[in-house]
Amino acid sequence: MTPRIDVNAFLGAYPWRKVPGTSPEMLTRALDRVAIDTAWVTHLPGLFWRDPTEGNAWLYETARGRLKPVPTVHPGLARWEEVLADASKAGAPAVRCDPLYLGLEPAGAEMHALAAACGAARMPLMLAVRLEDGRQRHPNDRAGDLPAAAVRALIRSDANVRMLVTHADRSFIEEVHFGSTPDEARRIWWDICWIWGPPEDHLATLLETIGVERFVFGTGQPLRLPESSVAKLDLLDLPQEQRAAIESGNVTTLTGS
Amino acid sequence: MLVDVHAHFYHARTPRADWRERNVSRLTAGARIGISVHVASILGSWGLTSPIYFPSPRDATAGNDALLALQREHADTIRGYVCVNPNYTAHARAEIVRGLDAGMIGIKLAASRRADDRLLDTIAELARERRVPVLQHIWQHRRRDWAGQEASDAAELCTLARRHPDVVFILAHIGGGGDWLHSLRAVHDVPNVYIDLSGSGVDGGMLEDCIASVGVNRLLWGTDLTMDTGWAKLRYLELLLAKDELALVRWKNAARIFPPGAFPSD
Repeated sequence: MTPRIDVNAFLGAYPWRKVPGTSPEMLTRALDRVAIDTAWVTHLPGLFWRDPTEGNAWLYETARGRLKPVPTVHPGLARWEEVLADASKAGAPAVRCDPLYLGLEPAGAEMHALAAACGAARMPLMLAVRLEDGRQRHPNDRAGDLPAAAVRALIRSDANVRMLVTHADRSFIEEVHFGSTPDEARRIWWDICWIWGPPEDHLATLLETIGVERFVFGTGQPLRLPESSVAKLDLLDLPQEQRAAIESGNVTTLTGS
Repeated sequence: MLVDVHAHFYHARTPRADWRERNVSRLTAGARIGISVHVASILGSWGLTSPIYFPSPRDATAGNDALLALQREHADTIRGYVCVNPNYTAHARAEIVRGLDAGMIGIKLAASRRADDRLLDTIAELARERRVPVLQHIWQHRRRDWAGQEASDAAELCTLARRHPDVVFILAHIGGGGDWLHSLRAVHDVPNVYIDLSGSGVDGGMLEDCIASVGVNRLLWGTDLTMDTGWAKLRYLELLLAKDELALVRWKNAARIFPPGAFPSD
Protein backbone atom coordinates (compact mmCIF):
# COMPACT_ATOMS: atom_id res chain seq x y z
CA MET A 1 0.00 0.00 0.00
CA THR A 2 1.40 3.38 -1.01
CA PRO A 3 1.74 5.84 1.84
CA ARG A 4 -0.56 8.82 1.70
CA ILE A 5 0.76 12.18 2.91
CA ASP A 6 -1.55 15.11 3.52
CA VAL A 7 0.56 18.24 3.04
CA ASN A 8 -2.24 20.61 3.98
CA ALA A 9 -3.75 20.17 7.44
CA PHE A 10 -4.23 22.27 10.55
CA LEU A 11 -4.46 21.99 14.30
CA GLY A 12 -6.34 24.35 16.59
CA ALA A 13 -9.43 26.51 16.45
CA TYR A 14 -10.48 28.65 13.50
CA PRO A 15 -11.44 32.16 14.55
CA TRP A 16 -14.28 32.71 12.10
CA ARG A 17 -16.55 29.74 12.74
CA LYS A 18 -16.89 26.61 14.82
CA VAL A 19 -14.93 23.76 13.27
CA PRO A 20 -15.00 20.29 14.78
CA GLY A 21 -12.02 17.97 14.97
CA THR A 22 -9.23 20.49 15.51
CA SER A 23 -7.37 18.71 18.31
CA PRO A 24 -4.38 16.45 17.58
CA GLU A 25 -6.39 13.44 18.75
CA MET A 26 -9.34 14.21 16.50
CA LEU A 27 -7.14 14.99 13.55
CA THR A 28 -5.37 11.67 14.01
CA ARG A 29 -8.74 9.93 14.02
CA ALA A 30 -9.60 11.67 10.76
CA LEU A 31 -6.32 10.48 9.28
CA ASP A 32 -7.26 6.93 10.20
CA ARG A 33 -10.70 7.41 8.69
CA VAL A 34 -9.34 8.19 5.24
CA ALA A 35 -6.13 6.16 5.45
CA ILE A 36 -3.70 9.05 5.59
CA ASP A 37 -0.36 8.03 7.01
CA THR A 38 1.20 11.41 7.66
CA ALA A 39 -0.10 14.97 7.82
CA TRP A 40 1.80 18.23 7.64
CA VAL A 41 0.13 20.48 10.17
CA THR A 42 0.14 24.19 10.92
CA HIS A 43 -1.12 25.91 14.05
CA LEU A 44 -4.34 27.41 12.68
CA PRO A 45 -5.08 30.13 15.26
CA GLY A 46 -1.53 31.38 14.93
CA LEU A 47 -2.18 32.39 11.34
CA PHE A 48 -4.39 35.15 12.72
CA TRP A 49 -2.12 36.34 15.53
CA ARG A 50 -0.02 39.49 15.31
CA ASP A 51 2.96 37.24 15.89
CA PRO A 52 1.99 33.92 14.34
CA THR A 53 5.22 32.34 15.42
CA GLU A 54 3.91 32.23 18.99
CA GLY A 55 2.00 29.12 17.95
CA ASN A 56 5.09 27.35 16.69
CA ALA A 57 6.41 26.19 20.08
CA TRP A 58 3.14 24.36 20.79
CA LEU A 59 3.21 22.97 17.28
CA TYR A 60 6.70 21.51 17.75
CA GLU A 61 5.62 19.91 21.03
CA THR A 62 2.40 18.54 19.58
CA ALA A 63 3.20 17.52 16.03
CA ARG A 64 5.02 14.26 16.53
CA GLY A 65 4.84 10.86 14.92
CA ARG A 66 2.37 11.04 12.07
CA LEU A 67 2.01 14.80 12.40
CA LYS A 68 4.81 16.89 10.92
CA PRO A 69 5.08 20.54 11.94
CA VAL A 70 4.86 23.26 9.34
CA PRO A 71 5.60 26.40 11.34
CA THR A 72 4.59 29.87 10.27
CA VAL A 73 7.21 32.50 9.45
CA HIS A 74 6.44 36.22 9.48
CA PRO A 75 9.14 37.98 7.49
CA GLY A 76 7.98 41.36 8.70
CA LEU A 77 8.98 40.66 12.30
CA ALA A 78 12.43 41.10 13.76
CA ARG A 79 14.60 37.99 13.89
CA TRP A 80 12.33 36.02 11.61
CA GLU A 81 15.37 34.26 10.23
CA GLU A 82 15.64 32.42 13.54
CA VAL A 83 12.20 30.92 12.97
CA LEU A 84 13.41 29.51 9.71
CA ALA A 85 16.52 28.13 11.35
CA ASP A 86 14.42 26.56 14.10
CA ALA A 87 12.25 24.90 11.48
CA SER A 88 15.29 23.38 9.82
CA LYS A 89 16.60 22.15 13.15
CA ALA A 90 13.22 20.66 14.03
CA GLY A 91 13.06 18.77 10.76
CA ALA A 92 9.99 20.61 9.51
CA PRO A 93 9.18 19.56 5.95
CA ALA A 94 8.22 23.14 5.03
CA VAL A 95 7.44 26.54 6.47
CA ARG A 96 4.39 28.55 5.63
CA CYS A 97 3.66 32.19 5.18
CA ASP A 98 0.26 33.49 4.11
CA PRO A 99 1.10 37.13 3.46
CA LEU A 100 -2.42 38.49 3.19
CA TYR A 101 -3.39 37.03 6.55
CA LEU A 102 -0.30 38.67 8.01
CA GLY A 103 -0.96 42.04 6.41
CA LEU A 104 2.05 41.79 4.13
CA GLU A 105 2.34 42.69 0.48
CA PRO A 106 2.10 39.26 -1.15
CA ALA A 107 5.05 39.95 -3.42
CA GLY A 108 6.67 42.72 -1.41
CA ALA A 109 10.18 43.03 -0.06
CA GLU A 110 9.57 40.92 3.03
CA MET A 111 8.21 38.04 0.97
CA HIS A 112 11.11 38.29 -1.45
CA ALA A 113 13.51 38.09 1.47
CA LEU A 114 11.68 35.06 2.81
CA ALA A 115 11.72 33.36 -0.57
CA ALA A 116 15.47 33.92 -0.81
CA ALA A 117 16.06 32.60 2.69
CA CYS A 118 13.93 29.53 2.03
CA GLY A 119 15.85 28.95 -1.17
CA ALA A 120 19.16 29.19 0.67
CA ALA A 121 17.96 26.91 3.45
CA ARG A 122 16.46 24.45 0.94
CA MET A 123 13.23 24.73 2.88
CA PRO A 124 9.97 24.63 0.85
CA LEU A 125 7.75 27.69 1.29
CA MET A 126 4.04 26.95 1.61
CA LEU A 127 1.31 29.48 0.82
CA ALA A 128 -2.46 29.09 0.69
CA VAL A 129 -4.53 30.87 -1.93
CA ARG A 130 -7.41 30.93 0.54
CA LEU A 131 -8.67 28.95 3.49
CA GLU A 132 -12.40 29.36 2.86
CA ASP A 133 -14.66 30.08 -0.08
CA GLY A 134 -14.82 33.85 -0.37
CA ARG A 135 -18.61 33.75 -0.54
CA GLN A 136 -18.99 32.38 2.95
CA ARG A 137 -16.37 34.20 4.91
CA HIS A 138 -17.14 36.18 8.03
CA PRO A 139 -17.90 39.83 7.20
CA ASN A 140 -14.84 40.90 9.16
CA ASP A 141 -12.59 38.31 7.52
CA ARG A 142 -11.31 40.66 4.85
CA ALA A 143 -7.93 39.26 3.88
CA GLY A 144 -7.94 38.80 0.14
CA ASP A 145 -7.09 35.67 -1.79
CA LEU A 146 -3.45 35.25 -2.72
CA PRO A 147 -2.99 36.65 -6.24
CA ALA A 148 -1.49 34.38 -8.89
CA ALA A 149 0.81 37.26 -9.83
CA ALA A 150 2.39 37.05 -6.38
CA VAL A 151 3.27 33.39 -6.86
CA ARG A 152 4.83 34.17 -10.23
CA ALA A 153 6.80 37.05 -8.73
CA LEU A 154 8.05 34.99 -5.80
CA ILE A 155 9.16 32.02 -7.85
CA ARG A 156 11.07 34.41 -10.14
CA SER A 157 12.64 36.21 -7.20
CA ASP A 158 14.98 33.40 -6.21
CA ALA A 159 16.43 30.66 -8.36
CA ASN A 160 16.44 28.10 -5.56
CA VAL A 161 13.13 28.62 -3.79
CA ARG A 162 10.62 25.76 -3.98
CA MET A 163 7.00 26.57 -3.29
CA LEU A 164 3.97 24.55 -2.30
CA VAL A 165 0.72 26.36 -3.06
CA THR A 166 -2.47 25.03 -1.50
CA HIS A 167 -6.19 25.73 -2.11
CA ALA A 168 -5.62 26.82 -5.71
CA ASP A 169 -8.17 26.17 -8.44
CA ARG A 170 -7.57 25.30 -12.06
CA SER A 171 -7.42 28.83 -13.45
CA PHE A 172 -4.97 29.95 -10.78
CA ILE A 173 -2.69 27.00 -11.41
CA GLU A 174 -2.78 27.43 -15.17
CA GLU A 175 -2.08 31.14 -14.89
CA VAL A 176 1.00 30.56 -12.76
CA HIS A 177 2.27 27.47 -14.55
CA PHE A 178 2.04 28.82 -18.08
CA GLY A 179 3.14 32.24 -16.89
CA SER A 180 6.40 30.78 -15.67
CA THR A 181 9.45 29.38 -17.40
CA PRO A 182 9.77 25.60 -17.31
CA ASP A 183 12.48 25.95 -14.67
CA GLU A 184 10.30 28.17 -12.52
CA ALA A 185 7.27 25.92 -12.95
CA ARG A 186 9.35 22.91 -11.89
CA ARG A 187 9.86 24.55 -8.50
CA ILE A 188 6.14 24.86 -7.71
CA TRP A 189 3.95 22.07 -6.36
CA TRP A 190 0.18 22.27 -6.03
CA ASP A 191 -2.10 20.49 -3.61
CA ILE A 192 -5.29 19.04 -5.08
CA CYS A 193 -7.82 20.04 -2.43
CA TRP A 194 -9.48 22.91 -4.34
CA ILE A 195 -9.38 21.44 -7.85
CA TRP A 196 -12.67 20.21 -9.26
CA GLY A 197 -13.24 16.64 -10.35
CA PRO A 198 -15.98 15.45 -12.71
CA PRO A 199 -17.95 16.50 -14.63
CA GLU A 200 -15.75 19.55 -15.14
CA ASP A 201 -12.65 17.35 -14.80
CA HIS A 202 -10.29 20.15 -13.88
CA LEU A 203 -7.94 17.82 -12.03
CA ALA A 204 -7.81 15.33 -14.89
CA THR A 205 -7.10 18.18 -17.29
CA LEU A 206 -4.30 19.62 -15.17
CA LEU A 207 -2.65 16.25 -14.73
CA GLU A 208 -2.61 15.96 -18.51
CA THR A 209 -1.56 19.51 -19.37
CA ILE A 210 0.78 20.35 -16.52
CA GLY A 211 1.93 16.97 -15.37
CA VAL A 212 1.36 14.55 -12.53
CA GLU A 213 4.70 15.47 -11.02
CA ARG A 214 3.48 18.92 -10.03
CA PHE A 215 0.67 17.75 -7.74
CA VAL A 216 0.59 16.52 -4.17
CA PHE A 217 -2.15 15.22 -1.94
CA GLY A 218 -3.63 17.82 0.43
CA THR A 219 -6.96 18.20 2.12
CA GLY A 220 -7.26 21.44 4.08
CA GLN A 221 -8.68 19.45 6.97
CA PRO A 222 -10.28 19.96 9.41
CA LEU A 223 -11.70 23.04 7.70
CA ARG A 224 -12.62 20.71 4.84
CA LEU A 225 -13.61 17.05 4.75
CA PRO A 226 -10.51 15.02 3.82
CA GLU A 227 -12.78 12.58 1.98
CA SER A 228 -12.97 15.15 -0.80
CA SER A 229 -9.35 14.80 -1.89
CA VAL A 230 -9.54 11.02 -1.73
CA ALA A 231 -12.71 11.06 -3.84
CA LYS A 232 -11.01 13.22 -6.46
CA LEU A 233 -8.35 10.56 -6.93
CA ASP A 234 -10.84 7.71 -6.82
CA LEU A 235 -12.70 9.33 -9.71
CA LEU A 236 -9.62 9.35 -11.92
CA ASP A 237 -8.33 6.44 -13.96
CA LEU A 238 -4.75 6.94 -12.90
CA PRO A 239 -2.11 4.25 -13.19
CA GLN A 240 -1.03 3.18 -9.73
CA GLU A 241 2.41 4.76 -10.05
CA GLN A 242 0.90 8.14 -10.89
CA ARG A 243 -1.50 7.98 -8.00
CA ALA A 244 1.36 7.02 -5.71
CA ALA A 245 3.35 9.99 -6.99
CA ILE A 246 0.55 12.36 -6.01
CA GLU A 247 -0.12 10.69 -2.69
CA SER A 248 3.49 10.64 -1.56
CA GLY A 249 6.19 10.36 -4.22
CA ASN A 250 6.13 13.97 -5.37
CA VAL A 251 6.60 15.12 -1.80
CA THR A 252 10.06 13.64 -1.95
CA THR A 253 11.07 15.92 -4.77
CA LEU A 254 9.41 18.88 -3.09
CA THR A 255 11.32 18.40 0.12
CA GLY A 256 14.48 17.26 -1.61
CA SER A 257 14.65 14.29 0.70
CA MET B 1 -30.29 3.25 -4.70
CA LEU B 2 -28.77 6.72 -4.90
CA VAL B 3 -30.56 9.76 -6.33
CA ASP B 4 -28.66 12.91 -7.26
CA VAL B 5 -31.28 15.65 -6.93
CA HIS B 6 -29.05 18.38 -8.34
CA ALA B 7 -27.41 17.54 -11.64
CA HIS B 8 -26.89 19.50 -14.85
CA PHE B 9 -26.32 18.61 -18.46
CA TYR B 10 -25.28 20.60 -21.50
CA HIS B 11 -26.30 20.65 -25.14
CA ALA B 12 -25.12 21.85 -28.51
CA ARG B 13 -26.50 25.39 -28.31
CA THR B 14 -24.39 26.48 -25.35
CA PRO B 15 -21.01 28.23 -25.26
CA ARG B 16 -19.26 24.99 -24.41
CA ALA B 17 -17.52 23.08 -27.15
CA ASP B 18 -16.93 20.26 -24.68
CA TRP B 19 -20.60 19.74 -23.83
CA ARG B 20 -20.64 16.10 -24.90
CA GLU B 21 -17.56 15.31 -22.83
CA ARG B 22 -19.08 16.93 -19.76
CA ASN B 23 -22.29 14.93 -20.13
CA VAL B 24 -20.34 11.71 -20.58
CA SER B 25 -18.14 12.58 -17.63
CA ARG B 26 -21.17 13.02 -15.38
CA LEU B 27 -22.61 9.68 -16.38
CA THR B 28 -19.26 7.90 -16.07
CA ALA B 29 -18.52 9.36 -12.66
CA GLY B 30 -22.09 8.67 -11.63
CA ALA B 31 -21.66 5.00 -12.45
CA ARG B 32 -18.51 4.88 -10.35
CA ILE B 33 -20.16 6.63 -7.42
CA GLY B 34 -23.23 4.43 -7.74
CA ILE B 35 -25.76 7.06 -8.74
CA SER B 36 -28.97 5.41 -9.84
CA VAL B 37 -30.73 8.51 -11.12
CA HIS B 38 -29.49 12.00 -12.03
CA VAL B 39 -32.32 14.51 -11.57
CA ALA B 40 -31.06 17.29 -13.77
CA SER B 41 -31.80 20.66 -15.25
CA ILE B 42 -30.47 22.66 -18.16
CA LEU B 43 -30.43 26.40 -17.67
CA GLY B 44 -31.46 27.52 -21.15
CA SER B 45 -28.51 28.13 -23.43
CA TRP B 46 -26.06 28.40 -20.52
CA GLY B 47 -25.37 31.99 -21.53
CA LEU B 48 -25.05 31.62 -25.31
CA THR B 49 -28.13 33.58 -26.33
CA SER B 50 -29.55 34.67 -22.96
CA PRO B 51 -28.04 34.82 -19.46
CA ILE B 52 -27.66 31.58 -17.53
CA TYR B 53 -29.87 32.76 -14.69
CA PHE B 54 -32.27 34.75 -16.87
CA PRO B 55 -33.01 32.36 -19.72
CA SER B 56 -35.23 33.67 -22.48
CA PRO B 57 -38.40 31.67 -23.08
CA ARG B 58 -36.95 30.34 -26.31
CA ASP B 59 -33.75 29.21 -24.57
CA ALA B 60 -35.63 27.71 -21.62
CA THR B 61 -37.69 25.65 -24.03
CA ALA B 62 -34.63 24.58 -26.01
CA GLY B 63 -32.85 23.53 -22.85
CA ASN B 64 -35.84 21.58 -21.64
CA ASP B 65 -36.11 19.90 -25.03
CA ALA B 66 -32.46 18.89 -24.83
CA LEU B 67 -33.00 17.46 -21.38
CA LEU B 68 -36.08 15.56 -22.50
CA ALA B 69 -33.99 14.04 -25.28
CA LEU B 70 -31.37 12.98 -22.74
CA GLN B 71 -34.11 11.57 -20.52
CA ARG B 72 -35.37 9.51 -23.42
CA GLU B 73 -31.86 8.39 -24.32
CA HIS B 74 -31.02 7.40 -20.75
CA ALA B 75 -34.44 6.33 -19.58
CA ASP B 76 -33.15 4.51 -16.52
CA THR B 77 -30.75 7.10 -15.22
CA ILE B 78 -31.82 10.66 -16.14
CA ARG B 79 -34.86 12.60 -14.98
CA GLY B 80 -35.55 16.24 -15.64
CA TYR B 81 -36.62 19.41 -13.91
CA VAL B 82 -38.47 21.87 -16.11
CA CYS B 83 -36.41 25.05 -16.00
CA VAL B 84 -38.42 28.25 -16.38
CA ASN B 85 -38.03 32.00 -16.04
CA PRO B 86 -40.98 33.21 -13.92
CA ASN B 87 -40.77 36.70 -15.40
CA TYR B 88 -42.44 35.20 -18.46
CA THR B 89 -45.29 33.83 -16.43
CA ALA B 90 -47.52 32.50 -19.17
CA HIS B 91 -44.61 30.80 -20.89
CA ALA B 92 -43.38 29.40 -17.60
CA ARG B 93 -46.74 27.85 -16.78
CA ALA B 94 -47.16 26.40 -20.25
CA GLU B 95 -43.61 25.09 -20.24
CA ILE B 96 -44.07 23.39 -16.88
CA VAL B 97 -47.22 21.67 -18.11
CA ARG B 98 -45.48 20.63 -21.31
CA GLY B 99 -42.41 19.31 -19.52
CA LEU B 100 -44.28 17.41 -16.84
CA ASP B 101 -46.63 15.92 -19.41
CA ALA B 102 -43.55 14.73 -21.29
CA GLY B 103 -42.18 12.97 -18.21
CA MET B 104 -40.18 15.54 -16.29
CA ILE B 105 -40.56 15.29 -12.53
CA GLY B 106 -39.90 18.70 -10.98
CA ILE B 107 -39.53 22.43 -11.52
CA LYS B 108 -36.22 24.30 -11.50
CA LEU B 109 -36.17 27.97 -10.60
CA ALA B 110 -32.74 29.46 -11.05
CA ALA B 111 -32.27 33.10 -10.15
CA SER B 112 -34.52 35.05 -12.48
CA ARG B 113 -36.79 36.44 -9.78
CA ARG B 114 -36.48 36.69 -6.00
CA ALA B 115 -38.08 33.68 -4.32
CA ASP B 116 -40.40 35.69 -2.10
CA ASP B 117 -41.81 37.66 -5.04
CA ARG B 118 -45.55 37.20 -5.56
CA LEU B 119 -44.84 36.39 -9.19
CA LEU B 120 -43.70 32.96 -8.07
CA ASP B 121 -47.06 32.13 -6.52
CA THR B 122 -48.48 30.96 -9.80
CA ILE B 123 -45.53 28.59 -10.26
CA ALA B 124 -45.93 27.25 -6.75
CA GLU B 125 -49.65 26.75 -7.31
CA LEU B 126 -48.92 24.70 -10.40
CA ALA B 127 -46.37 22.66 -8.45
CA ARG B 128 -49.05 21.90 -5.89
CA GLU B 129 -51.55 20.87 -8.56
CA ARG B 130 -49.03 18.59 -10.25
CA ARG B 131 -47.48 17.40 -6.96
CA VAL B 132 -43.90 18.07 -7.99
CA PRO B 133 -41.11 19.70 -5.99
CA VAL B 134 -39.49 23.02 -6.84
CA LEU B 135 -35.69 23.22 -6.80
CA GLN B 136 -34.77 26.82 -6.03
CA HIS B 137 -31.25 28.12 -6.68
CA ILE B 138 -30.05 29.69 -3.43
CA TRP B 139 -27.20 31.96 -2.42
CA GLN B 140 -26.61 31.03 1.21
CA HIS B 141 -27.07 34.31 3.10
CA ARG B 142 -27.08 36.79 0.26
CA ARG B 143 -25.94 40.08 1.73
CA ARG B 144 -26.13 42.01 -1.50
CA ASP B 145 -27.04 41.62 -5.13
CA TRP B 146 -24.60 39.66 -7.26
CA ALA B 147 -24.10 40.32 -10.93
CA GLY B 148 -25.76 37.98 -13.36
CA GLN B 149 -28.48 36.71 -11.09
CA GLU B 150 -31.38 37.77 -8.91
CA ALA B 151 -30.35 35.32 -6.26
CA SER B 152 -32.50 34.38 -3.31
CA ASP B 153 -31.47 33.18 0.08
CA ALA B 154 -33.06 30.76 2.51
CA ALA B 155 -35.13 33.38 4.29
CA GLU B 156 -36.70 34.44 1.01
CA LEU B 157 -37.38 30.86 0.00
CA CYS B 158 -38.99 30.25 3.37
CA THR B 159 -41.35 33.18 2.81
CA LEU B 160 -42.53 31.49 -0.38
CA ALA B 161 -42.68 28.09 1.30
CA ARG B 162 -44.83 29.43 4.12
CA ARG B 163 -47.29 30.81 1.58
CA HIS B 164 -47.45 27.37 -0.04
CA PRO B 165 -47.24 24.81 2.75
CA ASP B 166 -48.40 21.98 0.50
CA VAL B 167 -45.54 22.38 -1.94
CA VAL B 168 -42.09 20.88 -1.37
CA PHE B 169 -39.24 23.30 -2.04
CA ILE B 170 -35.65 22.14 -2.33
CA LEU B 171 -33.08 24.65 -1.12
CA ALA B 172 -30.29 24.23 -3.63
CA HIS B 173 -26.66 23.41 -2.91
CA ILE B 174 -26.13 24.08 0.77
CA GLY B 175 -22.42 23.72 -0.03
CA GLY B 176 -22.64 25.93 -3.07
CA GLY B 177 -21.35 29.16 -1.65
CA GLY B 178 -22.31 31.54 1.10
CA ASP B 179 -23.08 31.16 4.77
CA TRP B 180 -24.81 27.80 5.03
CA LEU B 181 -25.31 28.20 8.75
CA HIS B 182 -27.62 31.13 8.07
CA SER B 183 -29.68 28.95 5.73
CA LEU B 184 -29.93 26.12 8.22
CA ARG B 185 -31.21 28.46 10.90
CA ALA B 186 -33.78 29.88 8.48
CA VAL B 187 -35.27 26.56 7.34
CA HIS B 188 -35.22 24.84 10.71
CA ASP B 189 -38.97 25.24 11.34
CA VAL B 190 -40.22 25.29 7.75
CA PRO B 191 -41.10 21.65 7.16
CA ASN B 192 -41.73 21.89 3.43
CA VAL B 193 -38.20 23.10 2.68
CA TYR B 194 -35.68 20.34 2.04
CA ILE B 195 -31.90 20.78 1.92
CA ASP B 196 -29.92 19.63 -1.09
CA LEU B 197 -26.39 18.78 0.05
CA SER B 198 -24.67 19.53 -3.24
CA GLY B 199 -22.05 22.16 -3.99
CA SER B 200 -18.29 22.37 -3.99
CA GLY B 201 -18.18 23.22 -0.28
CA VAL B 202 -17.06 20.39 1.99
CA ASP B 203 -16.71 22.34 5.19
CA GLY B 204 -15.96 20.41 8.33
CA GLY B 205 -19.04 20.56 10.52
CA MET B 206 -21.50 21.38 7.76
CA LEU B 207 -23.11 17.97 7.55
CA GLU B 208 -23.39 17.69 11.32
CA ASP B 209 -25.16 21.05 11.35
CA CYS B 210 -27.47 20.00 8.52
CA ILE B 211 -28.53 16.94 10.49
CA ALA B 212 -28.96 18.92 13.69
CA SER B 213 -30.96 21.69 12.04
CA VAL B 214 -33.46 19.85 9.85
CA GLY B 215 -32.98 16.16 10.62
CA VAL B 216 -32.36 13.35 8.18
CA ASN B 217 -35.91 13.41 6.87
CA ARG B 218 -35.33 16.67 4.99
CA LEU B 219 -31.88 16.07 3.55
CA LEU B 220 -31.36 15.18 -0.10
CA TRP B 221 -28.06 14.07 -1.61
CA GLY B 222 -26.77 15.82 -4.72
CA THR B 223 -23.69 16.95 -6.59
CA ASP B 224 -24.25 20.02 -8.79
CA LEU B 225 -21.00 20.85 -10.61
CA THR B 226 -18.60 18.88 -8.42
CA MET B 227 -19.27 15.18 -8.13
CA ASP B 228 -16.08 14.65 -6.14
CA THR B 229 -17.36 16.77 -3.27
CA GLY B 230 -20.73 15.05 -3.48
CA TRP B 231 -19.08 11.67 -3.12
CA ALA B 232 -16.98 12.97 -0.23
CA LYS B 233 -20.08 14.10 1.63
CA LEU B 234 -21.76 10.78 0.98
CA ARG B 235 -18.76 8.92 2.38
CA TYR B 236 -18.78 11.08 5.47
CA LEU B 237 -22.52 10.62 5.93
CA GLU B 238 -21.93 6.88 5.93
CA LEU B 239 -20.02 7.43 9.16
CA LEU B 240 -22.47 9.85 10.71
CA LEU B 241 -25.73 8.04 10.02
CA ALA B 242 -27.28 4.67 10.69
CA LYS B 243 -28.08 2.59 7.63
CA ASP B 244 -31.79 3.43 7.60
CA GLU B 245 -31.05 7.12 8.07
CA LEU B 246 -28.54 7.05 5.26
CA ALA B 247 -31.12 5.47 2.97
CA LEU B 248 -33.37 8.46 3.58
CA VAL B 249 -30.70 10.85 2.39
CA ARG B 250 -29.56 8.63 -0.47
CA TRP B 251 -32.98 8.17 -2.05
CA LYS B 252 -35.99 7.62 0.19
CA ASN B 253 -36.60 11.29 0.88
CA ALA B 254 -36.36 11.96 -2.85
CA ALA B 255 -38.77 9.13 -3.61
CA ARG B 256 -41.22 10.70 -1.16
CA ILE B 257 -41.22 14.20 -2.64
CA PHE B 258 -41.03 13.42 -6.36
CA PRO B 259 -44.07 11.99 -8.15
CA PRO B 260 -44.81 8.30 -7.62
CA GLY B 261 -42.96 6.17 -10.12
CA ALA B 262 -40.36 8.84 -10.80
CA PHE B 263 -37.52 6.43 -10.08
CA PRO B 264 -36.98 2.93 -11.45
CA SER B 265 -37.50 0.92 -8.28
CA ASP B 266 -39.94 3.37 -6.75
